[in-house]
Amino acid sequence: MATQHSRTAARIMMAPAVTLLLGWMLVPLIMTLYFSFKKYLPLRGGDLGWVGFDNYVRFVSSSAFWPSVTATLIIVGGVLLITICFGVLLAILLDQPMWGQGIVRILIIAPFFVMPTVSSLVWKNMFMDPNYGLLSYLWEFFGAEPIQWMSQAALPSIIIIVSWQWLPFATLILLTAIQSLDSEQLEASEMDGASTLRRFWHIILPHLSRAITVVLLIQTIFLLSIFAEIFVTTGGAFGSKTLSYLIFQRVLESQNVGLGSAGGVYAIILANIVAIFLMRIVGKNLDN
Amino acid sequence: MARAVSSRRKSINTALAWGIGLIIFFPILWTILTSFKTEGQAIADPPVFLFFDWTLENYSIVQDRSDYMRYLWNSVIIAGGSTLLGIIIAVPAAWSMAFVPSKRTKDILMWMLSTKMLPAVGVLYPIYLLFIKLGLLDSLFGLVIVLMLINLPIIIWMLYTYFKEIPGEILEAARMDGASLKSEILYVLTPMAIPGIASTILLNVILAWNEAFWTLNLTAAKAGPLTAFIASYSSPEGLFYAKLSAASTMAIAPILILGWFSQKQLVRGLTFGAVK
Repeated sequence: MATQHSRTAARIMMAPAVTLLLGWMLVPLIMTLYFSFKKYLPLRGGDLGWVGFDNYVRFVSSSAFWPSVTATLIIVGGVLLITICFGVLLAILLDQPMWGQGIVRILIIAPFFVMPTVSSLVWKNMFMDPNYGLLSYLWEFFGAEPIQWMSQAALPSIIIIVSWQWLPFATLILLTAIQSLDSEQLEASEMDGASTLRRFWHIILPHLSRAITVVLLIQTIFLLSIFAEIFVTTGGAFGSKTLSYLIFQRVLESQNVGLGSAGGVYAIILANIVAIFLMRIVGKNLDN
Repeated sequence: MARAVSSRRKSINTALAWGIGLIIFFPILWTILTSFKTEGQAIADPPVFLFFDWTLENYSIVQDRSDYMRYLWNSVIIAGGSTLLGIIIAVPAAWSMAFVPSKRTKDILMWMLSTKMLPAVGVLYPIYLLFIKLGLLDSLFGLVIVLMLINLPIIIWMLYTYFKEIPGEILEAARMDGASLKSEILYVLTPMAIPGIASTILLNVILAWNEAFWTLNLTAAKAGPLTAFIASYSSPEGLFYAKLSAASTMAIAPILILGWFSQKQLVRGLTFGAVK
């Protein structure tokens, strides 16, 4: 039984964490909201007064807005599709009996621990460079014309790099989920003569649906704000400017803080829509 | 019971898994190999794989030219400092939520998680401005604080799930034996909590080490960690593959090794207990 005394102690023990997170959330949020209603150009006149919802309207009506939404959707969608499809297949494969399973796991997980600036630069220069990249040797070897990856295929390039970083995450989580599958159920269905494909559709995939949803939501939240992968590769050029990169440029590069802040508010709303679904799953799990 | 599997099927599984594993690992392997080549060999046509004159000169060039050690030190301070500070703040909070839960505990946990979902770019300018006003721009202290705050929800969540697994009966037994609160914490709870705390530290050092939004935007020459050190290679000058590889290898090696120890914690830490 928790006594009154221990309740007070518990509250004191939680106070620092709660206070810090509350400040971390509220102070910048209120400032962003404040700036979003102002014409604020730090390098060209500073605070030029209240403008109502002007920034919100201008942000969405600028010519860069819709292309950035499209780029964001293509990158997030492409990476999710690749990592989840291959993640499921890899998880099933890794769950099979084999020799040296531990080492294979280590090899597959490794990319997740490589810092984003390293993976982006290594891929950009040593693999996707049109003159010296390994991929262009590969293309030439098969008699094909090497691709100018970063300029002709900026979005696919970024999707490849980011998928390489996140495939380990998806695989690891799906593998954890698959290992909790009741093997007796699988054996029974095997004895009943169910084909591999039927077992996959009717037993494995339904069992994984929850883990797939979790991977989908968590990755979406992280992928919506990828930054370094664009910063060190294309710098937002060649149609690879995502919504968060556009906001970064408005705020820090062109120092149009009001406009960028309005974009920031849109990004916060978007992320919260995704977060609500994730929180629901996590919350349900907390009750058990 | 293990299912009986023909050795032929096992061989096929093994070959397939090793093939895919090596393809996925290849970019890292290639980076490590290239770091030991000369710049000329690094762009040789056809590419050389293992048979070249191994050299360590790239490592010394990278250190001489860009002072690798200072960036490494900054990374260690930022990743280590933010994690330790986070742990100090999180342990009491997670402890009290796990052992003295109230009606609001769940709401507080969910709210803490929601602060993690705030997109960094949405609050970039306010933080940037506060850093200028407080003189924290390009300072290690400022980055330690920011990275501590962005990882605090994950630290609290991980610790909470670990503490939850400590059975309450053990505490009661200790109390019946007449243990004081102090000895209860010192001799009963702490030994059981240490593995969880260690795993939490491990995962958060990795996350902080690789963080590449705030570390790129809030630092310049003085406090930049390895993420910024590598980003400075994004504008190529002449032949630089071997040097880029050496710099990259040095930046990822420590964390790659730590990371391999933290596979299991990764799932727990990044799914907030939603996948077990």
